[in-house]
Amino acid sequence: MNLFRSEWTKFRSLRSTWLTAAVTVLLGVGVGALSASAQAREAGDDWDPTAASLTSIIVAQLAIGVLGVLVMTAEYATGSIQPSVVAAPRRGRLLAAKAAVLSGAAVVLGQLIGFASFFVGQAMIAGAGAPHATLDQPGVLRAVIGSGLYLAAVGLLGLGLGAVLRSTAGAIGTLVSVTLVIRLVAQTLPESWRDWMGRWWPTAAGENIVTVVPVPGTLGPWQGFAVLCGFVALVAAAGYTVFRTRDT
Amino acid sequence: MSDPIEARGLTKRYGDKLAVDDLTFTVESGRVTGFLGPNGAGKSTTMRLVLGLDSPTAGTVTVHGRRYADLPSPPHTIGALLDARAVHPGRTAANHLLALAQTAGIGRKRVDEVLGQVGLADVAGRRAGTFSLGMSQRLGIAGALLGDPPVLMFDEPVNGLDPEGIRWIRTLMRGLAAEGRTVLVSSHLMSEMALTAQHLLVIGRGRLIADTGIDDFLREHGSESVLVRGEEPDRLARVLRRAGAELRSEVDALVVEHLTAREIGKIAAAEGIALSELTPRRGSLEDVFMALTNDVVEFGVRA
Repeated sequence: MNLFRSEWTKFRSLRSTWLTAAVTVLLGVGVGALSASAQAREAGDDWDPTAASLTSIIVAQLAIGVLGVLVMTAEYATGSIQPSVVAAPRRGRLLAAKAAVLSGAAVVLGQLIGFASFFVGQAMIAGAGAPHATLDQPGVLRAVIGSGLYLAAVGLLGLGLGAVLRSTAGAIGTLVSVTLVIRLVAQTLPESWRDWMGRWWPTAAGENIVTVVPVPGTLGPWQGFAVLCGFVALVAAAGYTVFRTRDT
Repeated sequence: MSDPIEARGLTKRYGDKLAVDDLTFTVESGRVTGFLGPNGAGKSTTMRLVLGLDSPTAGTVTVHGRRYADLPSPPHTIGALLDARAVHPGRTAANHLLALAQTAGIGRKRVDEVLGQVGLADVAGRRAGTFSLGMSQRLGIAGALLGDPPVLMFDEPVNGLDPEGIRWIRTLMRGLAAEGRTVLVSSHLMSEMALTAQHLLVIGRGRLIADTGIDDFLREHGSESVLVRGEEPDRLARVLRRAGAELRSEVDALVVEHLTAREIGKIAAAEGIALSELTPRRGSLEDVFMALTNDVVEFGVRA
């Protein structure tokens, strides 16, 4: 509990935290709204208004992931990791406290973005004359809450990458590659590979949590999210090992 | 009770460079122990090993009989200042200290106390990135004092400080030792150690060269010379040289080695030379240090 309090003090006492959080919300909700109205004009048989409004996570995940990266790498960049580790030499507990503070903040931010972009998005869709979703329809509430959970998972992914790589640029580069770039590259691969990537690549699988109308060839919402969580757990375990065993 | 700091065969290797080589020493309470050596001698590495920031290649180092990571509450046991600039520049001084304090359940009140103690109360709400080096040093020391620990460790604390700041740190360290605490302070300056330390650990190239009281150290290693002024300097020089002395000339005076003041006085009296000055001079700490570490200076120019 002491370590949690200490990490919360570190987290809240930086201007960059609040700036990143504000950018995350604005960008997420803004892009979600734009994308929802654009997709509404092309609504077909597989029209999923919930997922359309939650496109916000594509952009918001980068900002939250960066927040997670910085929790770790800002300490190395500024050297403050040294007094931090001297005050709290049990590395596992220190890392756990960081992860707990970040997940808490990311879940709150994620829910804020999820619900805001859902409501704004549905209003835009209704305005465009396409069928829109409401929270009481089956699977919709799960998708909205799930979008927040997805963002929290990517935040933890950022933290884990930060712990492994210790460099802000390196960790953010890897984060962008893992979440976006590799999936763009996958589009150029032979079909069987592309299908495999669409089904199993952690962030692709995790995104199923925001779909209400199932997309053929993909995992179910919770199965997909479980794949993402497993991947995050692996990266976090690597981060823990590096943090514990390497000299500070 | 076990020693405040105890190293046994402590060794640290980075790649093929041996930074700390089989160090065995203890640091005792109630006095300032100077940790002395040229830059790159392994002082900082040793301190990092004490704090568990790096793990030793071989050997052990303990604080009150325990490995650092096994201490029940590190901030209440040992306070350290290694690098004053190791602070997030965007965080205020008060928040930086609060985050450290909270790891050991220490509250805001104590943060305000130590800020007052180091003279930073007025700038508590300012971001650490705006601090001068002197202010950063004070902030680092405030952090070390948070848990009111019985053991304190400072790495080159007077580096870059103005005279007022240097005096403040010296007084603080002696005061902490006088309260019965253990104080280990590193420096590459002999003169600084002469003013603050009562005991010395001297290292060069990662090896322990001396572990001794500062007075004993000087007595043992300080070459004595005697400053002599007198009538007929040429004849005086001649007779002293005949008695086995080695001489150097200073402005209308001679600096004599290998003879004591007493012997010189006797010779002068026997020769009927009137002396106007006869002053024994102890070798300066710097001289002693240079002589001792001559063959172990890492970056020294080799003749």
